[in-house]
Amino acid sequence: MIADLRTMMWKEWNELLLQQGGVRSGLLPMLILPLGIMGVFLPWQMGRAWVESPLTPALWAWLPLMLTASLVADSFAGERERHTLETLLASRLPDRAILFGKMCAVVGYGWGLTLLSVLIGLVTVNLIYGRGELLLYSPPLTATIIALSLLGAWLSASAGVLVSLRAATVRQAQQVLMITIMLLLFGPVYGLQALPDAWRARLAGWLTAGGPAKPVIVVMALLTVIDLTLTVLAAARFQRARLTLS
Amino acid sequence: MTKAAVRTEGLVRDFGTVRAVDRLSLEIPAGIIFGFLGPNGSGKTTTIRLLLGLLEPTEGRAEVLGFDTRTGGDAIRERCGALLEHAGLYERFSAEENLELYGRIWRLPATGRRARIGELLTHLGLWERRRERVGNWSRGMKQKLAVARALLHRPGLIFLDEPTAGLDPIAATALRDDLAALARREGVTVFLTTHNLVEAEKLCAQVGVIREGKLLAAGHPDELRARAGGPQAQVIGRGFSEGMLALLRARAEVAAATVQNGHLLIDLKGEAEIAPIVNLLVSSGAQVEEVRKGKASLEDVFLTLTGGEG
Repeated sequence: MIADLRTMMWKEWNELLLQQGGVRSGLLPMLILPLGIMGVFLPWQMGRAWVESPLTPALWAWLPLMLTASLVADSFAGERERHTLETLLASRLPDRAILFGKMCAVVGYGWGLTLLSVLIGLVTVNLIYGRGELLLYSPPLTATIIALSLLGAWLSASAGVLVSLRAATVRQAQQVLMITIMLLLFGPVYGLQALPDAWRARLAGWLTAGGPAKPVIVVMALLTVIDLTLTVLAAARFQRARLTLS
Repeated sequence: MTKAAVRTEGLVRDFGTVRAVDRLSLEIPAGIIFGFLGPNGSGKTTTIRLLLGLLEPTEGRAEVLGFDTRTGGDAIRERCGALLEHAGLYERFSAEENLELYGRIWRLPATGRRARIGELLTHLGLWERRRERVGNWSRGMKQKLAVARALLHRPGLIFLDEPTAGLDPIAATALRDDLAALARREGVTVFLTTHNLVEAEKLCAQVGVIREGKLLAAGHPDELRARAGGPQAQVIGRGFSEGMLALLRARAEVAAATVQNGHLLIDLKGEAEIAPIVNLLVSSGAQVEEVRKGKASLEDVFLTLTGGEG
């Protein structure tokens, strides 16, 4: 199973790099642009706040979603459009290797690139604003960034694969996925605003009662439940016969 | 007794109210090239999907290399290769990368994989262009590469769904020759769907004819030709009267005699000689310019069985 997952990831990453017409032209938008913005430009603009602000984890949870949305939409819908899906289904690869191989490739790319951006951002902040002092995220903030960015990448992969399995075209998959991500991101915000003031105050009181870590833990727990649910749904949706006829 | 590579018993597949495969019973011995002939939409591709375990049959059963398609889909796909309706190549990859991917999928060891890729690409005349992106290739070259991919892991059985469809005659002939040579060398059983009857006649040890999901006939091409009728004579000339046709029909060695487009067509029984018939025609006043005698072609058989649907 591990070897099959590795094979699928090898295929997905190679396709991703070659998607823009070649390794060089593919690398620029896929790697250099996000690293340039998140690793150099924004840390340079924000200064010390880049490592000290408690809101930073929200940015790192959001980044993998944005990085991988278009990539994951292509996972099944793209193979279907390019007529490569049926040959892949006719191979010896087990269902789970195909499905989870594609998801792991997305998670690996989104999470890996986010962590690389975090590191480059730290180097940038230290080079420009360090002045002999080592500027680092606090250990709890580091753990939160690592966990939240992983959950964000996983959310994109599971939601994206589920949408891509059902979509007739890549464009349709991308549109549905963007709407889904917007709903997942802004739905809770608007949902909270819609609550009566008394309920909102009670919720805020409950969240802050256990210290500053509690809201983060609640968000992570919620994301884990959503990610797991979407993954189970995608696994149930992945049926060779249905995909062969789609 | 020869071991069967494929055996189906009353195989049925419905899509809603449409019956795509209708009580198909087949037995294909191992090591041969089997041609599955039929017009478009006759159920050939659905049959391949059923045999690969990609679709579940509605009724009946099928065994491929000894595995039931309902329960042994994974084992079947492990042991088979396939070139389906579309070549299924990753067009952004080079030829080498496409084969590398499927070599990894079939878990060929790295050194053996490279050697096998080299061997197949060389045999198919693609070695020099192995690093080119497949998206820029001609359809004929893509089909060749897809055949190489199907054979990469030395499967016991390969399914080829109309491999020469859409190719120009030169590319089709080249692919056919490569296919025959590879199948011979590798000792693989080939399940080939086609509506190219010349292809079937040249390549296949056995053929089956399917129409509207039903198997109309199966056997060696010679058997099918014999079933379609004995030898036929075509007489080109003038003056073929109704009286003359009646005289011909009265003869024991003549099964049928008709005039079509001014030519006299005579269906003969067994290995009847044509000379006495020509003598009769000439003595009855016909002017004979040319006489051709031959067996029914597989095309005649196909057209007879499918009612002329191509």
